Amino acid sequence: MKVALFVPCYVDQFYPQVAIAALQLLQKLGVRAAFPKQQTCCGQPMANSGCEQEARPVYHHFVDTFQDYDYVVGPAGSCVYHVRKHFDIIDQTPAVQHVRQATLELFDFITQVLGVTELPGAYPHKVGLHLSCHSQRGLHQANESELTPVRDGQLRRLLVKLGGLELTELDRNDECCGFGGTFCVSEAAISARMGQDRLADHLRHGTQVLTGGDMSCLMHLEGLVRRRQLPLRVRHAAEIFNEAFA
Amino acid sequence: MSPANTPTHAGRSELFLLDAERTTWHDETLWFVRQKRDKAVYATPEFQALRQLASDIKDHTLSRLAEYLEQFEAAALANGVRVHWAADAAEHNRLVLDIVRAAGASRVVKSKSMLTEECHLNPHLLANGVEVIDSDLGERIIQLRDEAPSHVVLPAIHLKKEDVGETFWQHLGTEKGLTDPQQLTEAARQHLREKFLAAEVAISGVNFAIAETGSVVVCTNEGNADLAIGLARVHIACLGMEKLLPRLSDLAVFTRLLTRSATGQPITTFTSHFTKPLPGREMHVVIVDNGRSKQLGRPDFRASLKCIRCGACMNTCPVYRRSGGHSYDFTIPGPIGAILSPNIDMRKHASLPFASTLCGSCTDVCPVKIDIHAQLYKWRQVLAAEGMLPASKQWSMKLLSRVLARPALFKAGGAVARLGLRFVPHGLTHAPGYNPWAIARELPAAPKQSFRAWYAQQPDHV
Repeated sequence: MKVALFVPCYVDQFYPQVAIAALQLLQKLGVRAAFPKQQTCCGQPMANSGCEQEARPVYHHFVDTFQDYDYVVGPAGSCVYHVRKHFDIIDQTPAVQHVRQATLELFDFITQVLGVTELPGAYPHKVGLHLSCHSQRGLHQANESELTPVRDGQLRRLLVKLGGLELTELDRNDECCGFGGTFCVSEAAISARMGQDRLADHLRHGTQVLTGGDMSCLMHLEGLVRRRQLPLRVRHAAEIFNEAFA
Repeated sequence: MSPANTPTHAGRSELFLLDAERTTWHDETLWFVRQKRDKAVYATPEFQALRQLASDIKDHTLSRLAEYLEQFEAAALANGVRVHWAADAAEHNRLVLDIVRAAGASRVVKSKSMLTEECHLNPHLLANGVEVIDSDLGERIIQLRDEAPSHVVLPAIHLKKEDVGETFWQHLGTEKGLTDPQQLTEAARQHLREKFLAAEVAISGVNFAIAETGSVVVCTNEGNADLAIGLARVHIACLGMEKLLPRLSDLAVFTRLLTRSATGQPITTFTSHFTKPLPGREMHVVIVDNGRSKQLGRPDFRASLKCIRCGACMNTCPVYRRSGGHSYDFTIPGPIGAILSPNIDMRKHASLPFASTLCGSCTDVCPVKIDIHAQLYKWRQVLAAEGMLPASKQWSMKLLSRVLARPALFKAGGAVARLGLRFVPHGLTHAPGYNPWAIARELPAAPKQSFRAWYAQQPDHV
């Protein structure tokens, strides 16, 4: 099984520890993922701004980079969703079709492909889970409150099985954090307010460590946490599982 | 600056957000409505099947809309109803005024109708010497304040009871400082009763029109449409042409979905069918296009015409809840308004499809399964292709694309950005005038090394 690690552009530049954790976690699960170094980005920033035509060369570059791998695994639901959903505007060659279908979010790969439903170790903290909308409503990794009262999802299941971990229950389990790609600067005021409201929900329920599967939401929330010096640590779920997996 | 003078949704929401407490109240009030919807939905096991059925019925109807409109017209005419066709808002307003004048009337009561809001009927009637009174309580409140509705189901949801007390004190002579909802409602009831009794013409909207019977169906909780239509000699029903359903039996699917989605009620208090005029009375139906044919001709956006105006997408939208309906500056606010408005005036409403994080909650609550967030994404592409993005955005995206298709440029660019973040003073990197990210947020702490640099140093990986 040839597996490539897809490291989103902003993770590569600003959160290398998240990609390192993903790489090491996969290694502990017996998967040696390669990092094709010509990779850059999935093109979502352009497409969400209305410029998907401008993103075509980026889409082709992504496919060229990853077409020889069986799986392309990324620690970012939103970028993975973009590849799977929105690479439909370029010619659907066998390579494009293969890459779209082989690109998986890290925890989808771990649970669906590797069949791992429990990760070892302990993490004795009160952890709050932030569901990324693209992971949840796009990739269907978690139940949606619009459809059912049952709060379930693969990341939630994996987290609660860690020793000593207490998951905080929020008033609003799956409200958007307000990142939204370029929305975070073009509608900066609403974006910040949405993020502050999410953080308030976590603080109200005792979250000490805020986690999730999508570093883009977490980058926005971490920026708000640091500005207000809130008593919260923000860590990608890959970091938590990698640390717990001694 | 007043919201009306601010050209973008972002600018108008900034003004709304200045009052943080009121924003909290607005968000929580609408979230409460969303929760009532959730309870009703969870208690209806077949809800998802109903959504699919409603979506299919609407798709089918839109695919043969011309036939169903003709069938409706023939049935309505056979019932003794007079049917009028309006290509646009101006023709609709002219037709309504003609009917009022032909009836020799000068006093009109109108029940809730987003279509007449869309056509700006009230100012047209008033300018022509016709008194028109909105009889829905929320509509009456905003009419007194000379405001537009901020929500399709809850038109005055942006107002607190204190605001209503102030308005009634000014216009209805209630005691100053009155905030008791029951007393305020009673004042409105007394005031409206006079108007109901005096009205010569009743105007209503239409929730559903049944092609096989020629009937129009009006759903209200206050019974105001029924009272007005029962009393007035002339009833004018203003019908958006997308409101057709083929058969009477289709209606039940929609009455079950409409209020569960809107407010969590099983059904509206009044669901009234109007089929033929009483002896000596007149019933008119004005069928309005006003851009609907154009939207029907856009395959990517056609499904927006399936909307039954329940408002669920507004209640669930985290952006709408924190920016208010007026921030959309369009008759229909919220996510559905953001996909309907560019069809009407692309330049004026160019910022609305960007007033979303594309979280997708709107699509998940929509009772007729309109792919709202997918259409928001598609409108963005259309707006960019039509050159309606700010120039700075269009150029920066072109540049970004060049960088991201070239790994060496990307690597160099990333290194420069991280160096900049580490060594340029905080006050410069976080200057709010230049960096909207930094108004409320810190930038990520720039690491010394990118992941790719770290990876290259790992002996077993190279």
